[in-house]
Amino acid sequence: MRRVAVTGLGTVAPGGIGVKEYWELLTSGRSATRTISFFDPSPFRSRVAAECDFDPVAAGLTPQEIRRLDRAAQFAVVSAREALADSGLDVARLAPDRIGTSIGSAVGCTTSLEREYVVVSDGGRTWNVDHRYAVPELYRHFVPNTMAAEVAWVAGAEGPAAVISTGCTSGLDAVGHAVELIREGSVDVMMAGATEAPISPITSACFDAIHATTPHNDEPERACRPFDRSRGGLVLGEGAAVMVLEEWESARRRGAHVYAEIAGFAARCNAYHMTGLKPDGREMAEAIDAALQEAGLPPESIGYVNAHGSGTRMNDRHETGAFKRSLGDHAYAVPISSIKSMIGHSLGAIGALEVVACALAIEHGVLPPTANLHEPDPELDLDYIPLTARRQQTDVVLSVGSGFGGFQSAMLLTGPEVRS
Amino acid sequence: MTRAVVTGLGVAAPNGLGTEAFWKATLAGRTGLAPLTRFDATQYPSVLAGEIKGFVAEEHVPSRLMPQTDHMTRIALAAADWAIGDAGADLRRLPEYGMGVVTAASGGAVEFGQRELENLWSKGREHVSAYQSFAWFYAVNTGQISIRHKMRGPSGVLLTEQAGGIDALGHARRHIRKGIPLVVSGGVDAALCPWGWVPQIASGLMSTARDPDRAYLPFSADARGYVVGEGGAVIVVEDAASARERGAPRVYGEIAGYAATMDPAPGSGRPPGLRRAAENALADARLTPRDIDVVFADGAGVLALDRAEADAISGLFGPRGVPVTVPKTMTGRLLAGGAALDVATALLALRDGVIPPTVNVPDPAPDYGLDLVTDRPRDTAPRSALVLARGYGGFNAALVLRRTDDRPYDTDERTTACPQAPR
Repeated sequence: MRRVAVTGLGTVAPGGIGVKEYWELLTSGRSATRTISFFDPSPFRSRVAAECDFDPVAAGLTPQEIRRLDRAAQFAVVSAREALADSGLDVARLAPDRIGTSIGSAVGCTTSLEREYVVVSDGGRTWNVDHRYAVPELYRHFVPNTMAAEVAWVAGAEGPAAVISTGCTSGLDAVGHAVELIREGSVDVMMAGATEAPISPITSACFDAIHATTPHNDEPERACRPFDRSRGGLVLGEGAAVMVLEEWESARRRGAHVYAEIAGFAARCNAYHMTGLKPDGREMAEAIDAALQEAGLPPESIGYVNAHGSGTRMNDRHETGAFKRSLGDHAYAVPISSIKSMIGHSLGAIGALEVVACALAIEHGVLPPTANLHEPDPELDLDYIPLTARRQQTDVVLSVGSGFGGFQSAMLLTGPEVRS
Repeated sequence: MTRAVVTGLGVAAPNGLGTEAFWKATLAGRTGLAPLTRFDATQYPSVLAGEIKGFVAEEHVPSRLMPQTDHMTRIALAAADWAIGDAGADLRRLPEYGMGVVTAASGGAVEFGQRELENLWSKGREHVSAYQSFAWFYAVNTGQISIRHKMRGPSGVLLTEQAGGIDALGHARRHIRKGIPLVVSGGVDAALCPWGWVPQIASGLMSTARDPDRAYLPFSADARGYVVGEGGAVIVVEDAASARERGAPRVYGEIAGYAATMDPAPGSGRPPGLRRAAENALADARLTPRDIDVVFADGAGVLALDRAEADAISGLFGPRGVPVTVPKTMTGRLLAGGAALDVATALLALRDGVIPPTVNVPDPAPDYGLDLVTDRPRDTAPRSALVLARGYGGFNAALVLRRTDDRPYDTDERTTACPQAPR
C-alpha cells in the first residue's frame, strides 16, 4: 500500500497568518474569539466570532487575485503558497498531472455571495434580482469549485481537483480524499486542505435560528467553552489550512521533512438527523474503528485526540460517547482537547486546521489545550486538557469531526518513524 | 479488483420525468427547452431553460420533509427512490455501513437560499428559517438521501460544477473498491430562480437566443452559449459480486474507467486537460480509443470550448473516428446534474444498442472533424461509451462505461486484490 507523508503546512487562522503564529496561539491557551467586527452584530443572538486579521496585500495577493477571489479563496491561496514553500517541493520537476488538489469548504464563497445578493436585490427588496449590478466574478463565487482551481494553479497542478463539501467534516474529508488519491496511485502529490470565511449576517442568522451558536457575548474571549458545564454553543470562526501531501517513498527519496504520516481515514454517516446527534456516538465510533483498522493500529496506541469539541452540549455528549465506545478504557487515559476553544468553528475549514494542529503536536511534542475549560461538565469524565498545553511526545494522534448532514469522520496521524 | 456496476437509475430531466419517459423523449428528439415559467425572466438577457414539468413534490417527498427541503433536494429524493427501486435493492438486507451516498453539487439549493437571504435582509434575522443552516448547502442532497435510506457508510459531496456527476461516480467506485457493496451516486441540480440565474448571466456563457431550437448549438459554427436546465440522475453503483449475490434484476453496465484533470493556469501555454482525462480514463479501463463505440461530449455550445473539445476528441480518435453525441441539447446543461444524466443516457444507449441524437445541430462545423450523431438515433449497437464533462474553472472528467452482458456480475479476473469487507 502506498503511504502518505505530510511534508508542507500552511495556515490562515484567527490569531495570526502563517503556521508559526497558529502554533503559538494554540499552545498559549489564549482564545482569538472576539466581538464580531465585520458587520454590526447587535441584532443577533450570538455576537462573537473568531475573526482573522487578514490583509490580502500583506499576504502577498495581487490586485487581480484580490478582485477575483472570495475571502475564503484568498485564504486558500495564501495557505497553499506557504505550504508549498514549506515543503521545499520543486513542482517544476514533477509531471503536472501527478499533482492533485482537494479543498474542503462547507459554505463556499458565502461572504461574497451575500454581499453581491444585497446589491442585486436592493437590500432584499426584490425577488427578481437585477443582473445589471452583478460583478463579473459572481459566477466564480456561485460555484465554489473555483477555489480548488485557484489552489491548483498555485502548484501548477493538473491532476484531479475538486472541492469537497460535507458540511463541518469537509476539512477532514478533503484531506482524506487526498490520501485516497495518493494511495490508489492517481497522483503522487496533493495540495490538500480546506478553507472557510463564513462570518456574515446570513451565517449568523441561520445558526441563531437553531441556537447552535453561543449567547455568551459578554466575555468574547471566553465565549467558546467545549466540555465546560457553562458552555452555550459554538463560536463561528474562519480560516484555512492547506498541506502538501506526498507519496511516502518519493518524499523520503528527495529528503523532504516529514511532519507526520496520515495512516488512517474513515468517514461514516449517522443517517439520523441533518443537525441532531445521538449521545451514544455510535457512527463516529464506527469511523474511529475503521480508521484504526486501516492504519493497523490498536486503540491503545493513540496518544492524543483532537476532538471535534464544537462547544455544544449535544456534541460533547456525542463525542465522549464515541470515544468510550471505540477506545474502551483507553478513552479515560488519553488526553483530548478542542482547539475550537481558541480559534472557533470555521465549519468546513476546521478539520484541515485540526489536522495541521495534529501534525504540529507530533512535531513539537506539545498537546494544545482546551481553553476556557474551568468547570468540566460532570457528565463528561475524560481528560480534556484544560487551559494549558501539555508537553508530551505523541506518536499516534486521532482527529475527529462531526457535521450537519450526519457526517462523522476520523483520521489518524502517526509520527514519521512509527510505521517505518 | 472488484468491479463497479450500475444497477439502478433514477432520472429527472426537463424532457422527461422518470427514466423511461426521458429515454423515450430523447430518442424521439423531443426537447425540454422552453421559455422560463418558474419566474418572470422577461427582464433578463437569457430567457430559456430546461424546466422539469409535472413534478409534484408532495407525491414523492414525505410531508415532514417539505418545509426543510428545496425543490432541488425534493427532486433528488424522488430520483433516489426511483434509482433504488430500479435496482430492486432491499436495503434492509445490506449492512448499514456498507451503503454510501456520493453526490455532486454546484451552487447548492439556491431558491431556498434566496428566500432566506430575502427574509434576513428585508425582514430581519428572526425571520430566517431554522432549516437554512443545512437546507441550502452543498451537502444537502447526500445528507437527506443518507438519512432517508439509513445509509451509514462512507459518503461524500464533490464540487466540480458540470463535471461533478462523473467525479461523484468515480468516487463512488472508489468506495466500492474499498469493499462497500452499494453506493447511491450521481447528481441532481436545480437553480431556476433569479438568484440562481443572475450569476450564470454574469458568467457570460449562457445563450441569449429566444428560439429554443436555435439557442444551444454545440459544435455548430453558430454556437452562441448554452441553456441551463434542472434535474439530473441518481445512479446506484454496486460491487458486481454483491449485486449478483442479492440477485439484482439488471446491470446497465460497468464503470470501467474514470479520470479527472485540471486545465493549466491561464497563460501557461500548456494544453487543456480534457484529452488527458479521456486518455487516463481509457488507460484505467485498459481500453484503447478503438474499443469505444460512442462519445457523449460535454458540448458546451461556446465556440472556444467546442473547439477545445473537438480537438481533444478528434486528436484521440482521429477525424470523424467515433460517433459523438450531445443529447443534453434537449435538456440544457444541468450543472451538477448534467454529467450524471449523460452517464444515465449512455447506459440506456448501451442497454438498447442505440445512440441518441444531438438535436438542432444538423450542420456541425466541418473543421471540428466530428462525426456528430444528428437528427435521429443511430442503431449501431454500442457496447462501450466514453462520457466527457467539463466544469467551470478548468475541471475535466471522463468516464468509460462498458456493457457487461457477457459476464454481468463477474469480478475482474485480471487482478487479485482482496477487498476489505465492511463490518
